[in-house]
Amino acid sequence: MRIATAKETYIADEGLLTTNTQRAWMIVLALVLALAPFVLNAYWLYLACLVAINVASATGLNILTGYTGLVSLGQAAFMAVGAYAVAFLDGHLGTPFLLNILAAGLIAAAVGVLVGVPSLRVKGLYLAIATIAASFILHFVFTNWVSVTGGMSGVNVAPARLFGIELASPFALYFVIVPVTALMVLGAANLFRTRIGRAFIAIRDRDISAEVLGIPLLQYKLMSFALSSFYAGVAGGMWAYFFRVVTPESFPFATSIFFLAAVIVGGLGTILGPILGAAFMTLVPELLKYVVEWLGPVFPNAGAALSPVRTIVFGALIIFFLVFEPQGLAEIVRRVRRFFHLWPFKT
Amino acid sequence: MRPAPGPLAPAHLAVSGLSLSFGGLKALTDVSFEVRPGTITALIGPNGAGKTSLFNCISGFYRPREGYIRLDARDITATHPPARAKAGLARTFQNIALFKGMTVLDNIKLGRHAHMRTNLLEALFYWGAARREEMDLRAEVERRIIDFLEIDHIRNKPVASLSYGLQKRVELARALAMRPRLLMLDEPVAGMNREETEDMARFILDVKEEWGISILMVEHDMGMVMDISDHVVVLNFGKVIAQGPPVEVQGDPQVAAAYLGSGNPAELMRRLSAIGEAA
Repeated sequence: MRIATAKETYIADEGLLTTNTQRAWMIVLALVLALAPFVLNAYWLYLACLVAINVASATGLNILTGYTGLVSLGQAAFMAVGAYAVAFLDGHLGTPFLLNILAAGLIAAAVGVLVGVPSLRVKGLYLAIATIAASFILHFVFTNWVSVTGGMSGVNVAPARLFGIELASPFALYFVIVPVTALMVLGAANLFRTRIGRAFIAIRDRDISAEVLGIPLLQYKLMSFALSSFYAGVAGGMWAYFFRVVTPESFPFATSIFFLAAVIVGGLGTILGPILGAAFMTLVPELLKYVVEWLGPVFPNAGAALSPVRTIVFGALIIFFLVFEPQGLAEIVRRVRRFFHLWPFKT
Repeated sequence: MRPAPGPLAPAHLAVSGLSLSFGGLKALTDVSFEVRPGTITALIGPNGAGKTSLFNCISGFYRPREGYIRLDARDITATHPPARAKAGLARTFQNIALFKGMTVLDNIKLGRHAHMRTNLLEALFYWGAARREEMDLRAEVERRIIDFLEIDHIRNKPVASLSYGLQKRVELARALAMRPRLLMLDEPVAGMNREETEDMARFILDVKEEWGISILMVEHDMGMVMDISDHVVVLNFGKVIAQGPPVEVQGDPQVAAAYLGSGNPAELMRRLSAIGEAA
């Protein structure tokens, strides 16, 4: 039962965490994230970094698709722009690691604004097609602008260096990737407490009355595109330092669909949604791998027989969530929280 | 905390020689009228008379073929809707245009958008100026608008869960948050029961008196129009057929003809009072 949450100031009422229970859980989460690298083995650390990178990108796509209502299938291409930007800056100019990541975000944001220009005229499926077209154009650029992108063979990226320390292992990179992602999620949460976030939601819900309220549609749609692709660019930059090679096939079109699916499965238009969605989409295939291994002793040859089944189970899980939880995983969390707010008086 | 801004000067709206056509269809022909500062002007007429087209011209969705629209001394005929909002024009919609995915409080806060300054970077960090601006807004919305319209019990509810009458009231709240100098209400009491209608009429009068805002409204509820407006403009087939104080307009044979098909003002008066009692 949740009691004694009366607030005396508007600042307290508009905070991100409004109850002590929430604050306590947030501290627990921060501790778990800080201590995880010392407990997890290399493989799970690798997965943790990958989840964090995907969370950053999915959060960006959620700002555009979940909150502003502009469907985009170009998120992977924007990530690729960020990754190539990092590869180029690191290889040719030798600028510092964190600056490169920031620059990757800004360059991707500039490309995002260009891709977003049609959004004033076209919406929904038509805009989705326009972003697909843009991602194929970008793919063509990556393949053919050999002097910058290295063509089909791609470019190698040197290990990141921060304060003279080489960050080559997932263990070292974890301490950069996870805090950067956390900051980006915090930024998104802050955004939707201010006039700009409200304007995005207004455009999604009813663009005509948004305009009457004094929200210039083109400016805000482009801002949403810029921000979303900034997130993708930073995520792509971190990806480049993590995998240390970028080719045109690093970010196939299917990756864009992966991110859209992650945002939908997690919950459109919620801060928690893309976090849960990206974790789900990244980890479930791996967990299914373990399930197949455990089944090995019971069903001999399980590995060979069940590997294809794994993909089908993964697809079926996504459909299951779309049908039974259309609001996404975030809604399940909300329902659990509501249960404990009222427990034990109403269950 | 910064002091709440003082009362704004009510605006004077002048519409002159306005004509609008869609292809060959003439929606409006040479429409001229004005809303004097601090008064309630009602726009009435049978269905299809061009009231909503006129509203859409004034709020900037349609570009008239001829004529001009002036807010005080400023010609706003060709400005975009967001610029009109900044100039002090606010409106509500006939079929409620609230943002369903947001709470009542956020909907109202949205009204202030054009008067706020927080930029993207400040918004992401929510530091200093951005936080202060949000808190000032919250305090003002609570004190001036939520209290005034008696909607404090629903402030954190999602808009979609509210009754029709309350949604209309939230829409009025949002328009007030825009700090308007001219408020345009498109059928503020359509579909409301008698109690809700009386509440809304009281709020509209209070807005005029306490906030000192000029009001232009389209309304079919004749009882309310005749009760609270200072000036009535009657449209039929896109033309102004009569205008003046409510009593004069009620007695105009042309108005009776437009509504009843016969030119008998007494009959119109009788029917209007019957409607008023039935409502």
